[in-house]
Amino acid sequence: MSKASVQESAESLGRSVGAGERSAVDVARAFLAQASRTAPRLGTYLHLEPESIVAAATEIDARRKRGETLGALAGVPVAVKDNICVRGVPLTCGSRILERFRAPYDAHVIGRLRAAGALLYGKTNCDEFAMGSSTENSAYQPSRNPWDLARVPGGSSGGSAATVAAREAPLALGSDTGGSVRQPAAFCGVVGLKPTYGAVSRYGLVAFASSLDQIGPLATSARDAALLFNAISGPDERDMTSRPETRQVSMENLERGVRGLKIGIARELLGEGLDPEIHACFDSVSKWLVAEGGSVVDVKLPHARYAIATYYLIAPAEASSNLARYDGVRYGLRVPAGDLREMYEATRGRGFGREVKRRILLGTYALSAGYYDAYYLRAQKVRTLIRRDFEDASRETDALLMPVTPTPPFALGEKSEDPMAMYLNDIYSIPASLAGVPALSFPAGFTKGGLPIGLQLTGKPFDEETLLRIARAWESKSDAARRLPPIALEKAA
Amino acid sequence: MSATAAVSAETAREGYEPVIGLEVHAQLKTRTKIFCGCSTRFGAPPNTQVCPLCLGLPGVLPTLNARAVDFAAMVGLAVGAEIAGRSVFARKNYFYPDLPKGYQISQYDRPLCVGGSLAIRSGDSWKTIRLVRIHLEEDAGKSLHPEGREGVDTTRVDLNRAGVPLIEIVSEPDLRSGAEATDYMARLRQLLVYLDVCDGNMEEGSLRCDANVSVRKKGSTQLGTKTEIKNLNSFRFVDRAIAFEIDRQIGLLESGGRVVQETLLWSSERGVAEAMRSKEEAHDYRYFPEPDLLPLDLSREWIEAVRGRIPELPHQLRERLVREHKIPEYDAEVLTDTRSLASYYEEVVARSGQPKLASNWIMTEVNAVRNKNGLTIEEFPVRADRLGDMVRMVGDGTISGKIAKQLFELMVQDPAGPAELIERHGLMPIDDDAALRALAKEVISAHPGPVADFRAGKEKTFAFLVGQAMKQSRGRAHPEKLQQALRAVLAEKP
Repeated sequence: MSKASVQESAESLGRSVGAGERSAVDVARAFLAQASRTAPRLGTYLHLEPESIVAAATEIDARRKRGETLGALAGVPVAVKDNICVRGVPLTCGSRILERFRAPYDAHVIGRLRAAGALLYGKTNCDEFAMGSSTENSAYQPSRNPWDLARVPGGSSGGSAATVAAREAPLALGSDTGGSVRQPAAFCGVVGLKPTYGAVSRYGLVAFASSLDQIGPLATSARDAALLFNAISGPDERDMTSRPETRQVSMENLERGVRGLKIGIARELLGEGLDPEIHACFDSVSKWLVAEGGSVVDVKLPHARYAIATYYLIAPAEASSNLARYDGVRYGLRVPAGDLREMYEATRGRGFGREVKRRILLGTYALSAGYYDAYYLRAQKVRTLIRRDFEDASRETDALLMPVTPTPPFALGEKSEDPMAMYLNDIYSIPASLAGVPALSFPAGFTKGGLPIGLQLTGKPFDEETLLRIARAWESKSDAARRLPPIALEKAA
Repeated sequence: MSATAAVSAETAREGYEPVIGLEVHAQLKTRTKIFCGCSTRFGAPPNTQVCPLCLGLPGVLPTLNARAVDFAAMVGLAVGAEIAGRSVFARKNYFYPDLPKGYQISQYDRPLCVGGSLAIRSGDSWKTIRLVRIHLEEDAGKSLHPEGREGVDTTRVDLNRAGVPLIEIVSEPDLRSGAEATDYMARLRQLLVYLDVCDGNMEEGSLRCDANVSVRKKGSTQLGTKTEIKNLNSFRFVDRAIAFEIDRQIGLLESGGRVVQETLLWSSERGVAEAMRSKEEAHDYRYFPEPDLLPLDLSREWIEAVRGRIPELPHQLRERLVREHKIPEYDAEVLTDTRSLASYYEEVVARSGQPKLASNWIMTEVNAVRNKNGLTIEEFPVRADRLGDMVRMVGDGTISGKIAKQLFELMVQDPAGPAELIERHGLMPIDDDAALRALAKEVISAHPGPVADFRAGKEKTFAFLVGQAMKQSRGRAHPEKLQQALRAVLAEKP
């Protein structure tokens, strides 16, 4: 068989390694070569160790030779967002407070990937503790958009999205709390899935907002995303919020097209603030759906407009508690100071970046005595209303179509001094997070300037399959998912 | 203090009524911790019973130990509390080095058990203490402050205890004295040990107590300002700290001052309760529902299944012993101190058919030996069946009480049965007429003086002769038959 190409799908790579047609080492070398050319400019990795990756690939080849049956992702490199624990490997969460920390155990998803014979790859850059929409909040480096290096890749899983877009890795894991998989997927022109809350175990994912966090796959196609989702999903007794109802995606069903599917559109989301080119792209996809035998119906999500306000109470509240453990006592950064309290203050003062501090303060305030009812409790009530909106809408539809972001990727530095503008970038992704339903960002088109446009599909709980099926159908009509950013096509010097 | 001052202080105390509520933390006897699989064993070297969860490492998640829920629900049912069909875990947020996650997982506005009550002894009567709630939570670690180098404060943290399951049992302010509070603690401890959900070991911290104390003028229905005393880890400290605080508050009020609501720490070394630094108590715990755990839903069937597994409780056992064995309530109270003491008693009764005699022997002789040597009934060397055999012999007159006492002492030392010991040590009673006659003759010829006095009409001397004969037989002579024999021989011509 031919030499491994970074343009090949994960599905094809896994099949060929599993069949012994090519080695995991060859695959690893191809992607490492690509990464060595592009990653330094894209700032995609916080930790990438070619020797140990090749060593791990050698071991996968040995397992296959011993007659072990490997899964669909045999030898396929999977980049991992740096807020997911991989045993023995650095885990910084993009934060100074965990600068020299190494995870002593594997996240559930990592164990599943190892068992399936996938090749664990580097740790990707992200906004500190997954808080941000541009990856500019990483304490170590910004990441860049492979389509335009002056622009952000989105965030917080910006490193994961950019690395897949630049074909430095065929697959990546991200985490999505309010859009952190979907928004960077849209900005980088790749597929990003936020599974139903409870479909993927959070064991070993560093918590940002526990009731919202989900690990999700980033891939260059719907089928590849499905393979990675199947590899990592399913109940786990170590995560009490993981659910037995989780269903595997059938690869055959992904080929069934959109005929007969009912797609809901909430027109109130398409008004003010939506970029006209994204709007136009949205219209063309909805026309295509009808042309292919699907139908489009209007639905209402009356409480979606409160989603950002709700999210920015619940998520920081949970974060303020989840981040309390970084106190300099047991591990991570410790800044010595006079007494215990001063040590806490100095450690957290130096260890956390501005956005993290902002959210800890917001969350601490929202939970404070006298404010809890007005803020946190009220937000939970609104969250219930938003969840009901989705339930109501899903009664008469198979999926909802909506934008992922109001604008195409913005420039580095453009919003980093304006937190409100940054928060508003998540206006379309947050409602599905609050509702806990699955949501998919898929490459839908390009702006005239050549920047990717992603659109979002949300679905019924545990019906990731329908979302991937629609995206798969669109891939067969549009070349949006097949286009590569120029940087990925550069030849080796 | 002068005599008059002492009297007036006493008078002042008379005018006040103390109002006390207790918050008791009891460690549940599960094999593993409440949210991970680590062992709960006490006394292991520091930080050897910990895992990523105990250490609060990034990415860990709690998984609820079903046995802890089971135990907590059992306690709730035993005190007649309502078990919530849905209860909710919550995070209590505060920073402390021995709190690895920066929050304690507890229950807040939706606890597992609501209401219930416990009967305590108040003077000669029973009194009902109402309970507010019982909830589940995890223990924190332990901060150790070893002697550091000069000028260097060192704190070491042991997280073996972090995550050990606790229940917090909160009473209404129904207690009125240190003595009542102590009895409440003791009865609560007894109940938990009966249920086999807590080992009740206060030295190892398995049972700890905080007391809320206030005083008010007698007859007043309004509550005074309360203080909270923390760290009461023995019955004696509960009693002493509460007494101390009641006196302190009355003293304050009598001298025109007022009680400030504050948290006090009991110092057992100095016998005083002192205010904690305000920094340590100025907490806003920012409780909110724990998003890593789903609400705890318990079905009626599950709750009824737990109810079905509740063993006989102290008061039920007490009442049954009185009913079945016709022993005084006092005896039943002593005998039901622990479940195993009561079982021991019942076995002795079954073997001897002598309920009251068995009770007397256990309450006096058995408990004396146990107390002297600090033994539990399980550690007590005389098996219940053996003691039962002995009590039967006392009951049917086979052996005298005197012999029984000798025999009992031998039994404590020697695991052999009473019959064998009687044989081996020659304790067989002497009731054979010829033998008794021979004994009487021997005594009479040995004491010619007293015999002459008796024959001269001094009846009192007879008792002396009986005593001598008894002594001679080493207590084995049958008392009545011995007397008959003595009289018979004395009546004969010299």
